[in-house]
Amino acid sequence: MKALSQRRRHPLAAVALLLMGLLITGGLYMAAGSVNEAKAATGYSASDIEEGNKLFIANCATCHGLNAEGSADGPSLIGVGAAAVDFQVGTGRMPMQMQGPQAQAKPVQFDDAQISQLSAFVASLGAGPAIPSEDMLDTSHGNSAAGGTVFRVNCAMCHNAAAAGGALTRGKFAPALAGVSEKHIYEAMITGPQNMPVFNDSNITPDEKRDVITFLKENESQVSPGGAKLGSLGPVAEGLFIWTAGLGIIIAFTIWLTSRPS
Amino acid sequence: MSTTTNYTPKTSTGRIAHFVDQRVGGSGIVKEFGRKIFPDHWSFMFGEVALYTFVLLLISGTFLTFFFDPSMAHVIYNGSYNPLRGIGMSAAYSSTLDISFDVRGGLFMRQVHHWSAILFVAAVSVHMLRVFFTGAFRKPRELNWVVGGVLLILAMAAGFTGYSLPDDLLSGNGLRIIDGVVKSIPLVGTYISLFLFGGEFPGTLIIPRLYSLHIMIVPAIILLMVGIHLFMVVVHKHTQYPGPGRTNDNVVGFPVGPVYAAKAGGFFFIVYGIVAAISGLLTINPVWNYGPYDPSPVSAGTQPDWYIGFVDGALRLMPGVLGNFSFEWNIPFPWGVNTLSLNVLIPALIPAGIMFTIMFAWPWIESWVTKDKREHHLLDRPRNAPFRTGMGVAGVVSYCVMWAAASSDLIATHFHVSLNDVTYWLRVLFILGPILGFVVARRIALSLQRKDREIVLHGRETGVIEMSPEGTFSERHADLDVYKLHQLVNYEDRKVIPAQPNAAGHISRSEKRRGALSKFFFEDRVAPVTPSELAALKAEHGHGPAEIEGSSTESIEK
Repeated sequence: MKALSQRRRHPLAAVALLLMGLLITGGLYMAAGSVNEAKAATGYSASDIEEGNKLFIANCATCHGLNAEGSADGPSLIGVGAAAVDFQVGTGRMPMQMQGPQAQAKPVQFDDAQISQLSAFVASLGAGPAIPSEDMLDTSHGNSAAGGTVFRVNCAMCHNAAAAGGALTRGKFAPALAGVSEKHIYEAMITGPQNMPVFNDSNITPDEKRDVITFLKENESQVSPGGAKLGSLGPVAEGLFIWTAGLGIIIAFTIWLTSRPS
Repeated sequence: MSTTTNYTPKTSTGRIAHFVDQRVGGSGIVKEFGRKIFPDHWSFMFGEVALYTFVLLLISGTFLTFFFDPSMAHVIYNGSYNPLRGIGMSAAYSSTLDISFDVRGGLFMRQVHHWSAILFVAAVSVHMLRVFFTGAFRKPRELNWVVGGVLLILAMAAGFTGYSLPDDLLSGNGLRIIDGVVKSIPLVGTYISLFLFGGEFPGTLIIPRLYSLHIMIVPAIILLMVGIHLFMVVVHKHTQYPGPGRTNDNVVGFPVGPVYAAKAGGFFFIVYGIVAAISGLLTINPVWNYGPYDPSPVSAGTQPDWYIGFVDGALRLMPGVLGNFSFEWNIPFPWGVNTLSLNVLIPALIPAGIMFTIMFAWPWIESWVTKDKREHHLLDRPRNAPFRTGMGVAGVVSYCVMWAAASSDLIATHFHVSLNDVTYWLRVLFILGPILGFVVARRIALSLQRKDREIVLHGRETGVIEMSPEGTFSERHADLDVYKLHQLVNYEDRKVIPAQPNAAGHISRSEKRRGALSKFFFEDRVAPVTPSELAALKAEHGHGPAEIEGSSTESIEK
C-alpha cells in the first residue's frame, strides 16, 4: 500500500484513475445489459437437443435453413434463445400458417415436451434469452400500480392502454393481451416477436416486467366496474352503440308513442 | 277575468289553487298554451329527446360537481382502485376515480352523464337531419334552423370540454390534438395556445378553465338558445306532413293539454329509463383503464367522442406530403423561419368550416335557387325534393367518411386489412363519395316518385288475378284510400326557372349562376299526378279490367 500511496502524485495517476473508472463503469454496464442475452443453454440434456434437432429439421428447416442459418423466407435462429422458440411455438405463431405482414397466433401445434426440445435445440446454437423462471413470473410479488405506469409509457402506444390491441402499418398489428400467459408476456418482452421491440433487462428490469404482468393479470381478472366493456375499444364502440342500439330503442318508442290505436 | 273573481272554491285544495291562480294567472297560460296543437309523427320527437337528455345532463352533472375537484394539483392516489394506488396524478383525475369507486352511486351517475351526453349530441344531429330532409327550415323557420345549428356547435363544445375534465390519458391525448390544431393557425396560433394553457402545454390551468366553461358558460348559452328555439317553435307553430285537411294555414294534431303534455311527460321518463338502463349495464369512458395524463405516453386506439370524430378523421386522412409537395411550409422571414403546418390546418378547420357554412346558409341558398319566398308549413317527403335529398346525402356521406377515418385503426384490426389501405380508400371515398351519394340518392328519390305516380294511376295491387271471358289474365288494382292518395299526389312541384333578366333587361352573372343551379337541380323531375290526369285515366279504366300493367301513359317530364 505504501508504494501505491507514494505514487499518488505521479503525473499519470489521474489518467490511470480515469481509465480504471471508465473500465469499471463500462464493464458493469456490459454485464447489466446482457444479463438475459448471455445465458447459454442450461438444464437441457443432450437427448433434448437431439430430439429438438429432429423436430426442427422436420418442421422448421424449410424456412429457417437446415442449420437454422436462415433463408429468404425466415431469419436465422442462431442466438435467438430458448425464450423466442418457447413464445413463437408455444403461442402457435410458429410454424407459420402463411407468409404475411406478421405471424398470426393459431392453435398450438406441439406439446410441451416437444416445445421444450425445440427450445433446447435452438438454445444450443448460440447464447440467447432463456425461458423465465417461475419466480420471475410470480404476480403475487408484483406491484400492479408500478406495472401500470411502465405499461402506459412503454406498451400502450401499440397495445392500447386497456391492452385491447391496436393497428400498426400495412396490416401489422399489436394483439390484445387478454388470455396471454405470464410466461409468454415475459418472453415477448425479452425477445421482441414480430414487430415488437425488445425490452431488455436494462430497459425494463425483471422486477418491472413482473409488475407489468401483475398489472395485466389484475386488469384481466377483475370484473368490469361499469358493466359490459364494449371491447374496451373506447369512444368508437360507445358512439357506435348509441347510434345503433341507443337510437334504435328511442325510435322504437317514438313510433310506439305516435302510433294510432287501431 | 271577471268570472274568476266571482268564483269561490269549496275545497281547501281549490282555495290554494285559486289563490295562486289569481296572482300568477296560470289558468290563462294553460288556456292559451294548453290548446296549442302539435302534430304527431315519430320523426318529430328527436328534438324532445335532445331536450330531455339535456335535462338529464343538468341533473347528473350537478351531482358530479359535488364530488369533482377541478384542479391539476399533484396528489398521490390512495383510493380503492388497486392498479392505480400510490401513483401521482392530478386532483381532477383522483376525484374522478373517487366518484367512480368511492362515492355511492357515483359511477352510475358518471355513466348517466356521459351516455346522455353522447345521446344528446346524437339526438340533436338526427333532429337536424329530419328538419333538413323534410324542408322544415324554409320560411319562416330559417332563423330557428340557424339557432339549431348553433345548438349543435354548443353541444359539441359542451361535450368536448367535459371529455377533457377527468384529466386521464385519453382526454389528455385529445387535448394535445386540440393544442396542435390551435398552434397550426398562422401567426396567432402559438399565442392562443399559450393563453389557453397559461404557458406550455399542459400547464396547470386548463382543467379549471375548461371546468368553468363546461359547467357554467356553455350550459347557460345552451339554455338561452333552447329558450329561443322553443319560443320560435311556439310562434311559428309546428310543421306537419301533408295529408287530408292539413294545409299551410292550420295544424292538425293533438292539443298540449291533456294529450301532448301527458305524452311528452311520459316520453321524458322513457328517455330517462333508456339512458339509466344503458348506464347501468354498459361501461362508458372507463377512466381507470387509461391512467393519469402524462404528455409522454400516447395510447393506441385514442379517439375523441363520436361528435368530434369527424375532425380527428379529417386529420388522419390528410396526407403530409403529396409526392414531392409538402404541406408543411417553412417560410423564411427576416427574423427566422416560420412554419405553416397546412397538413394540420387544412383538415382541422376546412371540412368543418365548409360543412357548417353550407349548413347555416342552406335555407337561403335553396330559396335563392328556387325563387321561393313563400311560407311553408307543410313538409316535403324526402323523395319529393330529390335535389335537397341528394345534397343532404352528399353531406352525410362526406361526414361519414371522415367519421370512419377516425376509427381507421379499429377498422384495420377488426376486418384484418392494412391500415394504410383503409386510409387510401377513405381518401378516394372522401372525394368520390359525396358525388356518388348525390347522384344515387337523387336517382332513388326520382324512382320512388315514379313508383308513387304508378301507384296513384294504377291503384294498389291486390294480388287478385282475373281471367276475362276471352282468356286474358290481369291483376285487379284497388283504388287508394283518400289519405294515401293525398300523401302521394300532394307535393311541391319544383320546375327549372331559367335565368331571368332584371328590370333593365340585363341578366346578371349571379342570376346566370342561379339559372344554372336551378337547371342542375330540377332538370330531372317527376310531376305529381293532377286530378284531371287521374280522372281521365279512371274514365279509360271504366271499360274493363283488361288493362295490362304498365301500359298507361307515362307523363314523366324530362
